[in-house]
Amino acid sequence: MASLNVLAFVCLAYVAFLFFIAFWADRMATRGKSAAWMRSPLIYTLSLSIYCTAWTFYGAVGYAARSGLEFVTIYLGPSLVMICWWWGLRKLVRIGRSQRITSIADLLSSRYGKSNLLAAGVTILAVIGVTPYISLQLQSVTLSFAIFAEADPLRGYNETSIVFWVAAGLAVFAILFGTRNLNANERHHGVVTAVALEAIVKLAALLAVGVFVVWGIAGGVGETLARIDASRIGQWNVDGSRWATITFLAAAAFICLPRMFQVMVVENEDERHLRIASWAFPLYLLLISMFVVPIAVVGLDLLPVGSNPDMFVLTVPLQQGQQGLAMLSFLGGFSSATSMVIVAAMALSTMVSNHIVMPVWLRLQNRQASVSGDVRDVVLLSRRVSIAVIMALGYFYYHLSGGAAALAAIGLISFAGVAQLLPALVGGLFWRGATRSGALAGLTVGFGIWLYTMLLPALGGGLLPEHILRHGLFGLSWLRPEALFGIEGLDPTVHAVMWSMSLNALVFCLVSLMSFPSPLERLQGAQFVNVFDHSAGPRGWTGSVAQCEDLMIMSQRILGATEAQAFFQRERMRQGGRGPLPEPTPAFLERLERELSASIGAAAAHAMIGQIAGGSSVSVADLLAVADETAQMLEYSSRLETQSAELSATARKLRETNEKLTQISEQKDAFLSQVSHELRTPMTSIRAFSEILRDAGQLSLQEQRRYAGIIHDETLRLTRLLNDLLDLSVLESGQVSLNITAGTLSEVLDHAVATALAGSETPLTVRRSPEAEGFRLSSDLDRLAQVFINLIANAQKYCDAEQPELTVSASVSGGRLHVDFTDNGSGVPADAQQMIFEKFARVSPERAGGAGLGLAICREVMQRLGGDVSYLQEHGGGAFRVSLPAAGEKAA
Amino acid sequence: MGRHVVLIEDEPNITEAIRFLLMRDGWSVDAHTDGATAVEVIRDAGPDLVILDLMLPGKSGLEIVRELRAEQGMQGLPVLMLTARGQMRDREMAEKAGVTRFMTKPFSNAEVLTAVRDLHAQAGQG
Repeated sequence: MASLNVLAFVCLAYVAFLFFIAFWADRMATRGKSAAWMRSPLIYTLSLSIYCTAWTFYGAVGYAARSGLEFVTIYLGPSLVMICWWWGLRKLVRIGRSQRITSIADLLSSRYGKSNLLAAGVTILAVIGVTPYISLQLQSVTLSFAIFAEADPLRGYNETSIVFWVAAGLAVFAILFGTRNLNANERHHGVVTAVALEAIVKLAALLAVGVFVVWGIAGGVGETLARIDASRIGQWNVDGSRWATITFLAAAAFICLPRMFQVMVVENEDERHLRIASWAFPLYLLLISMFVVPIAVVGLDLLPVGSNPDMFVLTVPLQQGQQGLAMLSFLGGFSSATSMVIVAAMALSTMVSNHIVMPVWLRLQNRQASVSGDVRDVVLLSRRVSIAVIMALGYFYYHLSGGAAALAAIGLISFAGVAQLLPALVGGLFWRGATRSGALAGLTVGFGIWLYTMLLPALGGGLLPEHILRHGLFGLSWLRPEALFGIEGLDPTVHAVMWSMSLNALVFCLVSLMSFPSPLERLQGAQFVNVFDHSAGPRGWTGSVAQCEDLMIMSQRILGATEAQAFFQRERMRQGGRGPLPEPTPAFLERLERELSASIGAAAAHAMIGQIAGGSSVSVADLLAVADETAQMLEYSSRLETQSAELSATARKLRETNEKLTQISEQKDAFLSQVSHELRTPMTSIRAFSEILRDAGQLSLQEQRRYAGIIHDETLRLTRLLNDLLDLSVLESGQVSLNITAGTLSEVLDHAVATALAGSETPLTVRRSPEAEGFRLSSDLDRLAQVFINLIANAQKYCDAEQPELTVSASVSGGRLHVDFTDNGSGVPADAQQMIFEKFARVSPERAGGAGLGLAICREVMQRLGGDVSYLQEHGGGAFRVSLPAAGEKAA
Repeated sequence: MGRHVVLIEDEPNITEAIRFLLMRDGWSVDAHTDGATAVEVIRDAGPDLVILDLMLPGKSGLEIVRELRAEQGMQGLPVLMLTARGQMRDREMAEKAGVTRFMTKPFSNAEVLTAVRDLHAQAGQG
């Protein structure tokens, strides 16, 4: 029996050989001399055989020994996919090539609007989903080592250390194989060739064991069939639900497993290979599973009860003393494990690096990312570290699960995990209504249920406490992991797959229907769903006149009708054409693209023109929908601009109002202070003299009279002041009601002069010109008279001439009647003319009897009457002009 | 002992009332209305006490006090300020300018007499 050292040596030599093959194939490919067979459908078909891992090699026999013919489902699923759904795979391959897809995470993210969140989610799901699968490979290689080690007298048998070294060795292989080249979407000729070679090795090994068992042990086909009939394998009942479920699972996993996606889509040379593979791969599966049942039956017969049926492929030849065959069988198993681990690690590490590490790293480094050497190093390092981490996860899973489970049971957990990607994938390929939110929600739900009902129970008590397993989460029995919603009695696998897949698909559909795709999602969706309508034309744009109308319609939606028409008109002029529209020449199309990209961005503009002029996969209706959205956005943004302009106008108004209010408030304070002053002054005199009259004896009668007179005068002054204040307040508040009557100017002036001069000691001569005063007035004549009285009284008070005279003259000009009051005094000083109409303004207080409200009242009254009162400069003396609308003509 | 007061006040009736009161109390009263010439008048008259209105034509009472306080020999001169604007701010500004006593109109005659006597007595002691 071969010692462990020999085995290790054989393994290393085998790996070195694979390296050589891979290296050689790569060199041939880079020199462009790759032989035709390297790009043949045969290699493609053989590379697909990484579907057959150690699970197939060792596990299938174990599966058959434990559950009869059910193992066939694992091969039935992929065969059905290849035979019945190769056109679906072709679509996948076409999309993968046209979108330069690097992984299944990349595909889903690209389909759903290039969402990195989705890509990261799919990556995490894939890593977790594949972990049991990697652990399966570790377990089988370890078991196969252990078979040899049991008989090795020189070394102590230590399973833990074997697992560790196997994991470490596989990690190193995967790193060496998978991360030599940087570019993930270039084809790895070396790896694919090596995988194809391994496919031959494992098939040959299994066939050799099979032939030996049938003809060497059982003694021919007939004998073998007889043994099968006699064994319990022939009597196993077929459980319909398990068969359907597992067939479905295998089919789903075949499409969704990251490593299958890698070889089937990413490494595909030519989509016509699928046509060959659609029958060749099922044939390969048939060949590799042909001898499973005979080996299982013979193993069960020959080997002692309790020996691990997963290892029959190895233990049967050993038991028969066939050292060479056993070694070939060991190499076959090793091949299946290494090829799976290498490709899976390569695919997963690309996903981890591209969708988790790089986005984070770029965000951290976003200023220095331009140095390409940096990025290369980081990408390579992150892929290598991811491979190590993925292998470590597999190693820990092996430890957690105890390493005792049947290989097939472990594999099914992985299948169910990655199958959660199926609804989002298939939906994305065939249903344009599928949205990113739907995909995320479906994946989350499906993955959660899978974790709870399948992965955690499989890991045992360590992660999922016993009471949850028995009585459900939070003690709710309908949340028991193996009997959700109270449905009991189902096979655990069927149960978990049914709930996770159906709820995943349901949530995916519902959320997709309820959510609204972004324009990018819509575009990508159309690209994916209609990928076959896409014809890869030359890069430059060409088009016809009919397309030009479409371009016009689209441009109008984006640029607006006027601008689009102006642009097309300019272009037609430039071309010197006579038709209504310009010819869609490449130059024109490029200018149009630039014009559009100013509005909607370069990518969208290119896609839109490409659609109409270059015939790409997006339908015109899609584009118009996108354009409508853009137009809505533009309209919305212009509405926002309008609103913001309105807001700033409102803010300006508010600011102005606030300033005005502040001013008014200050004016009010000043006014109150003034009023207080004007009230206190007469009150001071009144109080002082009334106290004198009261307290001081011996006043002469003359003194008494005089002081009482002062009190009387000051009281009148107070009364006047209050009257003026009230009058002013009524006028300013606009609550005054006008009493419009008709009359002539001379009547009003007569009344005013008589009132103003009555009882006055000051001699004032008023000169009038009666012939000019015949104007008819229609106004509040009492108010007008009040103004005139005030002006005459002012002349009385302030005219400083020896013989005070006031000249009143009237004239009409510009539809207005002017009445001028000019005295012969020195007039108002120039610096005071500005303020005389303000409240409490008095030019020379010692001569004023009032509080300085007279002119303010005059101005208010005139404004109410639709006229004005102003001071006339340089008019010989103090001169005021009252003007008001000339309502009537001069009376006869 | 000739007790002499200079009164600067633009309201003739108030001037007359104060003059009446102070003369009966034995003061000689020199009354003026113009703020602009007030400082000169006071300097020339050299009174025992000044009574000032706050709002005067030509120059405000506050300015007059400030100028007085800046002159030699005028720092100790008692100044009684009368005003019809009795807000706190006016009182503070008056005290800052150097007014000895601040009184709001309308006042009672007794208050004015008491204030004048007090200020004179304090100045005599100081």
